[in-house]
Amino acid sequence: MSLILQKIVKEFTTHDRKHMRAVDNITLNLQDGKFHTLLGPSGCGKTTLLRMIAGFEQPTSGDIIFAGKRLNELPPQERGFSMVFRSYALFPHMNVIENISYGLKIKKLPKAEIVSRVEKAINMLSLHGQEEKHPNQMSGGQQQRVALARAMVMEPKIILFDEPLSNLDAKLRLHMRAQIRALQQRLGITAIYVTHDQEEAMAISDQIIVLNKGRVEQAGSPQEVYRKPATEFVANFIGGANIITTRALGRVKFSLLGEEYDFIEDHIPGHATGTGKAIIRPEAIHLDRENGRHSAKIENVTFLGSRINYVLSCHGVELHADVPWNGREEIFAAGTTVHFDIDSTSLHFVN
Amino acid sequence: MQSTSQKRKFDPVLAALLFFILGGLSLFVLWPLALVLKASVTSEGAFSAARYTEILANSQYAAPLWNSLKLGAVVAVAGTVVGYVFAYVLVMTSAPFKRVFRFIATFPIISPPFIVALAAIMLFGVNGVLRKEFLEPLFGTNLPSVYGFWGLFVVETITYFPTAFLVLVGVFAAIDPVLEEAAQNQGAGKFQTFRDVIFPLSIPGILSSVLLIFIESLADFGNPLILSGDYKVLAVEAYLKITGEYDTAGGAALAMLLLVPSLIAFFVQRYWLEKKSYVTLSGKPSSSRRPQSTWLTKAALFTLCAIPSAVVLLLYGSVIYGSFVQTWGADNTFTYTHYTGALNDAWDSLSDSLLLAAIATPITGIIGMIIAYLVVRRSFVGRTFMEVSAMLTFAVPGTVVGIGYILAFNDRPFLLTGTAVIIILLFIFRNAPVGIQSGMTAIRQLDRSIEEASANLGAGMLTTFRKIVLPLVAPAFFSGLAYSFVRSMTAVSAVIFVVSGTWNLATVSILGFVENSYLSKASAMCMILVAIVSVALGLMQTVVHRMGVNR
Repeated sequence: MSLILQKIVKEFTTHDRKHMRAVDNITLNLQDGKFHTLLGPSGCGKTTLLRMIAGFEQPTSGDIIFAGKRLNELPPQERGFSMVFRSYALFPHMNVIENISYGLKIKKLPKAEIVSRVEKAINMLSLHGQEEKHPNQMSGGQQQRVALARAMVMEPKIILFDEPLSNLDAKLRLHMRAQIRALQQRLGITAIYVTHDQEEAMAISDQIIVLNKGRVEQAGSPQEVYRKPATEFVANFIGGANIITTRALGRVKFSLLGEEYDFIEDHIPGHATGTGKAIIRPEAIHLDRENGRHSAKIENVTFLGSRINYVLSCHGVELHADVPWNGREEIFAAGTTVHFDIDSTSLHFVN
Repeated sequence: MQSTSQKRKFDPVLAALLFFILGGLSLFVLWPLALVLKASVTSEGAFSAARYTEILANSQYAAPLWNSLKLGAVVAVAGTVVGYVFAYVLVMTSAPFKRVFRFIATFPIISPPFIVALAAIMLFGVNGVLRKEFLEPLFGTNLPSVYGFWGLFVVETITYFPTAFLVLVGVFAAIDPVLEEAAQNQGAGKFQTFRDVIFPLSIPGILSSVLLIFIESLADFGNPLILSGDYKVLAVEAYLKITGEYDTAGGAALAMLLLVPSLIAFFVQRYWLEKKSYVTLSGKPSSSRRPQSTWLTKAALFTLCAIPSAVVLLLYGSVIYGSFVQTWGADNTFTYTHYTGALNDAWDSLSDSLLLAAIATPITGIIGMIIAYLVVRRSFVGRTFMEVSAMLTFAVPGTVVGIGYILAFNDRPFLLTGTAVIIILLFIFRNAPVGIQSGMTAIRQLDRSIEEASANLGAGMLTTFRKIVLPLVAPAFFSGLAYSFVRSMTAVSAVIFVVSGTWNLATVSILGFVENSYLSKASAMCMILVAIVSVALGLMQTVVHRMGVNR
């Protein structure tokens, strides 16, 4: 029952009659029961891809296959994939009950079943006491829950989310994202979720698909895309990254910021002969006043409460370091020279 | 929002403005109406409800009332249906020839009010070309006459469906396409989406346009004056009572019968219906686009638009054609003698029309903007009074206003009858509402802090208005100007009561041509008016466009 996207291309004609490739040859296998997130900056094609899955857009070429059947020509109303829209898209002339039960009525389910399913959805999303309200009488968070209930009540084969939390304030966003994840896991439903927020993607997903300029940069678990970004783009987009050029010294050593390091097995695939690009996460840099293989000058200090961000300069390269702070560690002032070590097992190379 | 704690000091400029505007509204809007009411309940100087008891008993009054209401109701429904189809096709589908349909649906707005009736007579009148050449040979001579209910019904539907079109285009455009997708995503097909989402969301717009067309049809004077035949309607009967029988009280009573349903419809539309509308614009970016229609739907909807369009084109086409041929229906040789003839006969009234409209238009525009600014931004005693009485003229049928002006300005202390001033005043107060409305909308959208910044830098209220508000609301100002110019050039119902030998108007001359069966001359004169109005609109559009670029 997995959803397979095969060589999907979507071209739009722009106003000046040029062709713009929004989605460029994407092939993906989205496993049943998992939470998949399409992540990328605006214009990367993530929403277009989602809308093609929902049936609102037709791929220019390529196939969308679900449970062995090709869906391309199937109109949206026959796909059985419920969607939660960015603007919620609640019907303004219907109250909560009418909104939630709309799709069930279209399906012509027996009344008793509609009532019990709606009841269940209302329970699940704690919408008690809101049943008679119209969307314009509700807060954004409540509207969001109604939209979620309306999608869930259909017991869809796949549930689609188009940046559903982007219109909520920060606190509510955290709460809703936990609720969405919990519901998805409880119901064991397949979810495809679009967002540009990398933290949200990591918090919620089984699989993150990082998109850029209509192409897949990497697909993998949140840990994979963070620990082993496949490209420089992924490394930059997810978390902070120092991307440093390295040079191989024979087969067993390489030089990084003027010091020699031993290759470990993890490093080798990414390191081209000659030079390579190493990703150093800011938290992999350990600062110390006296000890450490490298030395650097502190250029800038930002105090964030539980952490401190430093900008260092080392061999003419700018480095970002992110250091936890629990009230006892020394805070280095700008201009001082410090030493640091890089945890070499956390190093990762990209092409 | 006005803060109540912040009491303003006495402001002489504001006080003077208020004095003139409130005084003007009282004198030129409310007082004439009050006199109509008074005349309708006065008999030989004493109070008498005789007219109203007569109304209940006498078919002389009851029939026109019933006829007007019936005609208004069916025209309102038919016009709304046609306007709905046009608006739906234009906004919600990808049907071909959209531009043509938009033009056809908005063109009748700028044409003189009786041009359609004129065309109907040329085509379907007793000697109408289509009647003689096609209908009678096919169906015999026993056809319903163009004069009467059916003729009026078709002509008014064609004349007023643009109102519904404009209202509903706004309504459809405000429906977020994502709602259609949401319905489809929930399993609804195209028809179900329309039935369950689009149609219910457009109901307030439908009711609104029904009421607006109802008001317009009740107030229509030009078409029924030409076409009503034995089907008597209030607007024309009231006019005939006064100008034909010199029965002012009777005319006033008929005018009251006309006024009451119009006002009810107006207040329902404005203060009840406007609150019911569903605002679906979320103000957030929506990646959704209107779905493509299938070939079959396109063809069906295209046909639905094409039929009324063909009728509109046929009617306007015959007026254009008729203005250029020697003898309509008999001798089709090209000639422009009707134009020279019309200009010969009606040159004075045309130049009067132009002059008076040119004087009234800028005054209307400025007064409209000042009223809009005061109502939206200042708090003062009588604010609601100002807003309601300024907007009231929108709902009051021209005939009622005309009768009111006769009653009010025929005698000292305001002896204005026969002067240019009365016509200019009538133009100003009748045409201000649209400018006020668009001005209010524009000013509400202005961030208040812009004005506060101006005040903070030391500018007074007038300077702020002139240097800051006016330039920013210029597009609204010019569209108000355009509207009032068009109305001044094409209106007939109210001004027909106040024109005189010295000051006559082009529309009244056209009516004279029609009454004397100079149909070709009337057509030529209509075309001249359309041309003048189009040029004026084009100029205003250019000005607005320029300003838009500079902002």
